Amino acid sequence: MTPEILYPFAILGGMALIISTLIVSFDRLLQKRDREPDLVERINDLLPQTQCAQCNYPGCRPYAEAIVQGESLDLCVPGGSRTQQALATLLDRPIGAQLLPDVEPLFARIRELECIGCNLCAEVCPVDAIVGAPQFLYTILEDLCTGCELCIPPCPVDCIDLIELESP
Amino acid sequence: MLELLLLLGAALLVNNFVLVQLLGLCPFIGVSHRLDTAVPMGIATIFVISLSTLITNFINTHLLEQFDLQYLRIIVYITVIASVVQLTERYVRFASPLLHQLLGIYLPLITSNCAILGVALSVADYALPQALAVGIGAGGGFTLVIVLFAGLRSRLDEKSIPQPFRGAPIALITVGIMAIAFYGFKGAL
Repeated sequence: MTPEILYPFAILGGMALIISTLIVSFDRLLQKRDREPDLVERINDLLPQTQCAQCNYPGCRPYAEAIVQGESLDLCVPGGSRTQQALATLLDRPIGAQLLPDVEPLFARIRELECIGCNLCAEVCPVDAIVGAPQFLYTILEDLCTGCELCIPPCPVDCIDLIELESP
Repeated sequence: MLELLLLLGAALLVNNFVLVQLLGLCPFIGVSHRLDTAVPMGIATIFVISLSTLITNFINTHLLEQFDLQYLRIIVYITVIASVVQLTERYVRFASPLLHQLLGIYLPLITSNCAILGVALSVADYALPQALAVGIGAGGGFTLVIVLFAGLRSRLDEKSIPQPFRGAPIALITVGIMAIAFYGFKGAL
């Protein structure tokens, strides 16, 4: 058998090897460039999604983006120490200037006998957990309430209480 | 240098691969509905043609002719073109998922665009710079024609055309008239 007959196999086999290596490494390169937004997503998952803006960012996702840029981890009040620790573990960074107080999961409840149906609380609720009819009464869907306290200041008759979640 | 420019101009206009040699008509008709898909398609085709022409020319002179294996040309060329298209498609999907969706099946189908294989085969005996010039010229010619045709087609959509000629027939007639116009370049270079 002459060795010439093996040349086509060698050339095509070599091409297949080079091309597959090239495509796989190109894929890896693109995935590596993609990792940055991925981190924002993972931080965002750890935040409590109250959208309460107590961190001085308009919501949880903007705060997550700011954390990636180097913002301190001790700004999320509703998340409390638990969120703070989880973020520090994920990012391998110090927890920030202060340790936040440990918060129990809270939710708001309207004392319905006192509600005047003014609709002011429903307007500020970031998660649309407050439902009701104007001039009659409003109530809070406890499953959706995140305990962000944003509805308490606008209430003209102070009929909203924060209640600790009973252990499930 | 002048020779390279002449080769580029000849591939761009005189021997335009779509209108004069009638190669690559499938993506030409398929993607020319809208200007905003025709331009990226043309750019992708320029990139694929010039890169694959470069690689195939190199392989041809340094591997196939050395070992007297010219009969492997077509299969080797198609493999190279397919992998260049794969790289391009991955990049487009990464850079702009919307564009990837708009181009749809026509992006991977650059592989079977016969203009690309046609260019690669017709420059097999050229030296590397000349082959690259022809490749860029051919890709530029494809882009020029597809963009012109997309503009014409968007005008055609607004006209009242007799029912039997609507859609593909009037498009093919338009291509024919454009091809006649491009034959006018025959004596130019």
